[in-house]
Amino acid sequence: MLQVSGLAAAYGDSQVLFGIDLTIARGEVVALLGRNGMGKTTTIRTIMGLTRAVGGSAEFAGTPILGRPPEAVARLGIGLVPEGRQVFPTLTVRENLVATAANRLGRSNPWTLERVCALFARLGERFSQPAGTLSGGEQQMLAIGRALMTNPDLLILDEATEGLAPVIRAEIWRCIEALKAEGQSILIVDKNLKVLRRLADRHYAIEKGRTVWTGTGADLDREAEVVHRYVGV
Amino acid sequence: MPPETGARSKLAVAALMVLLAALPFAADALGFPATTPLVTRMLIYAIAAASLNLVLGFGGMISFGHAAFYGIGGYAVGILFQHARLSEPLFGMMLGTDQFLLAVPAAMVLGGVAALAIGALALRTTGVQFIMITLAFAQMLYFLFVSLKYYGGDDGLIVRRRNVLFGLDMRDDKTFYFVVLVLTAAFFALVWRIAGSRFGMVLGAIRQNERRVAAIGIGVYRYKLAAFAIAGLGAGLAGGLWANYARFVSPDMMHWTKSGELMVMVILGGAGTLFGPLFGAAGLIALETVLSAWTERWQLFLGPILLLIILFFRGGLSGLVALLSGRLR
Repeated sequence: MLQVSGLAAAYGDSQVLFGIDLTIARGEVVALLGRNGMGKTTTIRTIMGLTRAVGGSAEFAGTPILGRPPEAVARLGIGLVPEGRQVFPTLTVRENLVATAANRLGRSNPWTLERVCALFARLGERFSQPAGTLSGGEQQMLAIGRALMTNPDLLILDEATEGLAPVIRAEIWRCIEALKAEGQSILIVDKNLKVLRRLADRHYAIEKGRTVWTGTGADLDREAEVVHRYVGV
Repeated sequence: MPPETGARSKLAVAALMVLLAALPFAADALGFPATTPLVTRMLIYAIAAASLNLVLGFGGMISFGHAAFYGIGGYAVGILFQHARLSEPLFGMMLGTDQFLLAVPAAMVLGGVAALAIGALALRTTGVQFIMITLAFAQMLYFLFVSLKYYGGDDGLIVRRRNVLFGLDMRDDKTFYFVVLVLTAAFFALVWRIAGSRFGMVLGAIRQNERRVAAIGIGVYRYKLAAFAIAGLGAGLAGGLWANYARFVSPDMMHWTKSGELMVMVILGGAGTLFGPLFGAAGLIALETVLSAWTERWQLFLGPILLLIILFFRGGLSGLVALLSGRLR
């Protein structure tokens, strides 16, 4: 579904990605691993058209996406849950979900407010509250809900559990697992290897802007030094 | 920002409407007949400010050239009237008109079309560039109309009679007041609908973070342009009404100080609120009227008063009203 090869990207004059290779098949959950500053978020931003690509190629569902504006990439069916949640603080929970909702790919069973609230019960309780007044965990749930309301083929989660209380984290992981069970394709960046090992079908390790390792959760268990070297745990 | 929809708000709006409807009669009875034209002026400016509020308050686009569309609306009425009076064809084919139902919609359409054209270029920029480009376009139009000697140039254009609307006596200040009041209510109702619609929500989201909205798959430019064009339409309406009210249009309607005045009204009233522009327009005109009757150097006193309101009441006069109604509760 998503095929990225040799992706290179730069912020102004300083190049940060040198060769990212990545593929995601339909229904697959793929994790991007790597220490801070190695280019995980930049990879996602470049795929989304938020950072300028300077080389390589990326295709989504057979369509080249590099050089396209972010809204065009999103319209092809990629739902981004950005790092740091980034809900619209003065809009209510409902407005955050409804404002950008769409079913561009014509899904037969599209996401609705009811379905999002069934997934995240807490959001239903806060429906007409401004999003800025929610707790961090609730805002994260809202950000995921907002992305789901665009009915994406591929959901991208950037640090979805960062800085949250363990209880809330567990709740979000449960929801991501439920999404996986429904066959949702997911690209996920997170530091929680313990959960990712079990959840993700495949892993990519990124170091200094390059893909340096790829394998399954079982491979990660076998090759402990990979984990140590690229993830630093 | 969610539109005010609670039962209390509905009651307040109804009370405001009753008050405004009764005003001309009360003014006559109390022996202040000049109040009616004064409030007419406030309402016309409220429409102009509310239209600017759509882009400035709801959409976060700081347009410093909004008076251009206001002036275009005014000149639409003025030029159509002149051609009708002289029975001279306009552009060699169209006749002018003194019909309210033709001239004022023409003012709106022209304001909207001008906003669409200017917005299409200006909205490719953001921030300071956007402010400067909207300002530059408005000043270009200002100088264009200064140079149009046929339409009075610098001296402006006199509209001998107000436009004709059915059999109404538009010369009567009270009748004209009610025409303006109905249109003001209609325009505020439109803004209220927009603010509560999905379009309004997206606009609010764009104000908070444009890139974020784009990353969710929304073509930000089209939304901003649509809001800008609707705002131009509203300003055109206000300009058309002003030409009828003052029976005079001049390039000053497009001057950057007029754009600034509209911005002050929006900010004074509370940007991004439904009734802020109404409070702002009424407040500024009331202050002007009172202070200028009292002293020639009225602007010297206006400045500090505006400063105090903006510093001490978050959300401008709307904030003040909310604060007071909260106390009453």
